[in-house]
Amino acid sequence: MSETEEPRRRVIGTPSSEPAALDRVVSERGQEIDAVAVLPSDPENLGHAKRIERIVALCFILAFFAGVGFIAAYVGIEVGPSAPAHTDLVDEAFRSNLALGLSLAVALLAIGTGSMLWVRHLTPNIEVVEHRHALRSDPEDRAKFEEFFTKGAQVSQVTKRPLLRRTMLLATAPLALAPLVLLRDLGPLPEDSLRVTAWRKGLRAVVFGTNRPLTPADISIPGSMITVIPEGYAGDDDALAKSGVILIKFAPGQLQVPTVYNGKTQLYGMNWTVDNIVAYSKICTHVGCPVALYEQTTHHILCPCHQSTFDAAHGAKVIFGPAARPLPQLPMGTDADGYLVALSDFTQPVGPSFWERG
Amino acid sequence: MSTTDDDLRVPPALRGVGGWFDDRFHGARGMRVLMRKVFPDHWSFMLGEIALWSFVILLLTGTWLALFFVPSMNPTVYHGSYAKLDGLTMSEAYASTLRISFDIRGGLLIRQIHHWAADLFMVAIMAHMLRVFFTGAYRKPREVNWLIGIALFMLGMLEGLFGYSLPDDQLSGAGLRIFEGVLQGIPIVGTYTAFFLFGGPFPGTSIVPRMYIIHVLLFPGLILALVTAHLFIMFHQKHTQMPALGNTEKNVVGQPFWPYFLLKGQAWFFFIFGGLVVLATFAQINPIWLYGPYSPLNISSASQPDWYMGILEGSLRIMPAWEIDFLGHTLTLSVFIPFAVPLGIIFGGAALWPFFEQWATGDRTEHNVNDRPRNAPVRTGVGVAAVCFYGVLWAEGANDVLADKFQIPLYTITWIARIAVFVVPIGAYFVTKRICLGLQRKDTELLTHGVEIGIIRQLPSGEFIEEARPLEDDERAIVASKKLPPALPLPGQTDDNGVPAPGSRGVAGWARSVANRAFAETVVLPEGHADGHNGHGGITAHEPAPAGIGHGPTTTPEESAAEPPHEEE
Repeated sequence: MSETEEPRRRVIGTPSSEPAALDRVVSERGQEIDAVAVLPSDPENLGHAKRIERIVALCFILAFFAGVGFIAAYVGIEVGPSAPAHTDLVDEAFRSNLALGLSLAVALLAIGTGSMLWVRHLTPNIEVVEHRHALRSDPEDRAKFEEFFTKGAQVSQVTKRPLLRRTMLLATAPLALAPLVLLRDLGPLPEDSLRVTAWRKGLRAVVFGTNRPLTPADISIPGSMITVIPEGYAGDDDALAKSGVILIKFAPGQLQVPTVYNGKTQLYGMNWTVDNIVAYSKICTHVGCPVALYEQTTHHILCPCHQSTFDAAHGAKVIFGPAARPLPQLPMGTDADGYLVALSDFTQPVGPSFWERG
Repeated sequence: MSTTDDDLRVPPALRGVGGWFDDRFHGARGMRVLMRKVFPDHWSFMLGEIALWSFVILLLTGTWLALFFVPSMNPTVYHGSYAKLDGLTMSEAYASTLRISFDIRGGLLIRQIHHWAADLFMVAIMAHMLRVFFTGAYRKPREVNWLIGIALFMLGMLEGLFGYSLPDDQLSGAGLRIFEGVLQGIPIVGTYTAFFLFGGPFPGTSIVPRMYIIHVLLFPGLILALVTAHLFIMFHQKHTQMPALGNTEKNVVGQPFWPYFLLKGQAWFFFIFGGLVVLATFAQINPIWLYGPYSPLNISSASQPDWYMGILEGSLRIMPAWEIDFLGHTLTLSVFIPFAVPLGIIFGGAALWPFFEQWATGDRTEHNVNDRPRNAPVRTGVGVAAVCFYGVLWAEGANDVLADKFQIPLYTITWIARIAVFVVPIGAYFVTKRICLGLQRKDTELLTHGVEIGIIRQLPSGEFIEEARPLEDDERAIVASKKLPPALPLPGQTDDNGVPAPGSRGVAGWARSVANRAFAETVVLPEGHADGHNGHGGITAHEPAPAGIGHGPTTTPEESAAEPPHEEE
């Protein structure tokens, strides 16, 4: 179908059987359109245009007043320390947010509405046809480019003197690596820091939050779970991110520490527990969230992040979810004063798996 | 009203300014070309513009926020307007975010506009990419802009993650903990990457200032550069357009930049900005004061990331436990697979698709008129399958919320998702393909018999027929816009001497033939109904011959003649 045969393409100003149809501005030769000559400067229905003009102006006036309102709200509603005494500062911030947001939204939407009505109703609805030029260059241009490029390469001697070419590449190689080398001091090497925690023999377990040491008698109700941290490490997030521990109290006979633990024969067995209180790492072995939910009827520990579920009564083995390892168990005992203490650090790395874990 | 020459003179003052610049930059010609640049009109072409304007709003609001935010993890004791946290030790990052929210006028508003704009930015990019995919607008010569779009989406994900992690609140800290755990799970370089990024073990005190400089300088700079390249390439190659009367591969039909697109763009910018302010005013987002400062041992249930990270969250949740010992090293597949595979499929697949399609269809011509999705059943089917794959993983990212709201056991939801992530996309592909072919059949019906107009007439013979009118020319231009890909030899097809055609030899050739066969499946017009003006005066006198399903490669010359008329290229 060639363009001249298309029935509805016509120059503006010629009679149209469908007044509502979109008018098109044609370029007969496919070069430039003379938009100046063909674009009408006014819409067809001047009465309608007058009405729209008033509405658009009204929108812009509304936007003006809303903008003034925004500034007034900024000046008028103080927040924080400069707010009037005896006001709820949080409510005051929300009030300020409401006043500022509402006035700004009205101003912006009114300008948007005005602009939209303007372009849809006041400018004549025309379409313009522009011709695409081939993206691919002329063969002649390509050939000339190729010629000039190769000529330049020859003149530069780079093609003729491989020694220059190779030594130049050699010279840049270390410099290309330098930015990577400079990143080395971003952090220390992992070394064994993923394998050790703050726990050591004789260190007391204190309640996370209150820092109170615990005796076995403090956790006397079976089914209860409590988060403890090593004494003296409150506020040390780096230590807590590895050393958080949950203590779970069982009724006699419920707790069965498995003889095979994590693929290896369990050496200590029940010696790691005190008075049916077992201690597991609180750091999920999946990607490190705190395993914070405990269901006492099923003895299930659930990580709220990705729902890895561990059976607390059976060495915290995984019974659902993406975690691949049981929660490491912390050997617990009591010190001379009867307080709960660690018997050693964890015997395996806590938290997410990593390549060097082995 | 007629225009006179006097109407077309720029006022002297403006002319002086313009002349001053033209004396120095020779701009008159270039500006004139720019002013009459044609913008095709279709509602779906506004989606990318939403992303552009959101980005502008992000730059404006982000710059303002950076004036007040303190990117530091040094501990400080809070004494501000939010009394419930008074006296608590927290990082300066968290304290300054509280200050922005409650002690600085407009702070809460700008923070919430910024956050909503980030979410809208990602929604708009995704919607724009889906539009480009389903209409085939990524085809030659626009493959590079498609790849830039994918890069922008990936950068946007990271930019968003780093941005919402900056306030150092309990929720985003949990997200960072997961991010660090996932980094550790990368084989060989995982622990080093994590330790270098965090400056040591998690959480350390380096991550917030480091994310800050990446979030406010590096990534926005990259995004700005790529957006600029994206727009310049689009400008240079000119827009695609939807099939319509008069729209050909060699023209662009639309409205000129000046004044039409300028006014429309202005209206759209203010609507988007206004809409974001409405959200920021009435829809609270990321109320960090409710979450509290970060502590590695606290967590809240139903923790959700921003929506665009939901697919990673869902991938982590859906994965069964799987960890193997690899030559004495731990390969934690239950972390590494969710991290790498789903996004690898989505982004890698999207990046390779244009080139795969060219290879499978053998179609290396330029395309400036978009496809209707029904006319490319394989592409549309694959697109819907990808949407379903993404959607299942995304929904699984909120499995705890779904379990709570719908009272379905949590593990049941995960198991449903584990099966659905394989079954639903495959099923969706075939269903979508059939729907596309069904719609094509409807199109052939329209072309051969026209539009039923609701009048039933009885013929003298007693037969009832329903009257129809032929399609108008502008309707026909859309309905008949289907183009078949070039036919390649069938799998295993040989000539009379038993020699396989060039390009169909070997495993690659066989695979290409099989893929081509799928791409070429189409509904062909029955013979004798080629032009639609079928001599019935718009009345269907007989039951139409069923439009058959054919394959491009097997199409005989007679059938080819019966295809809808193509635009001359």
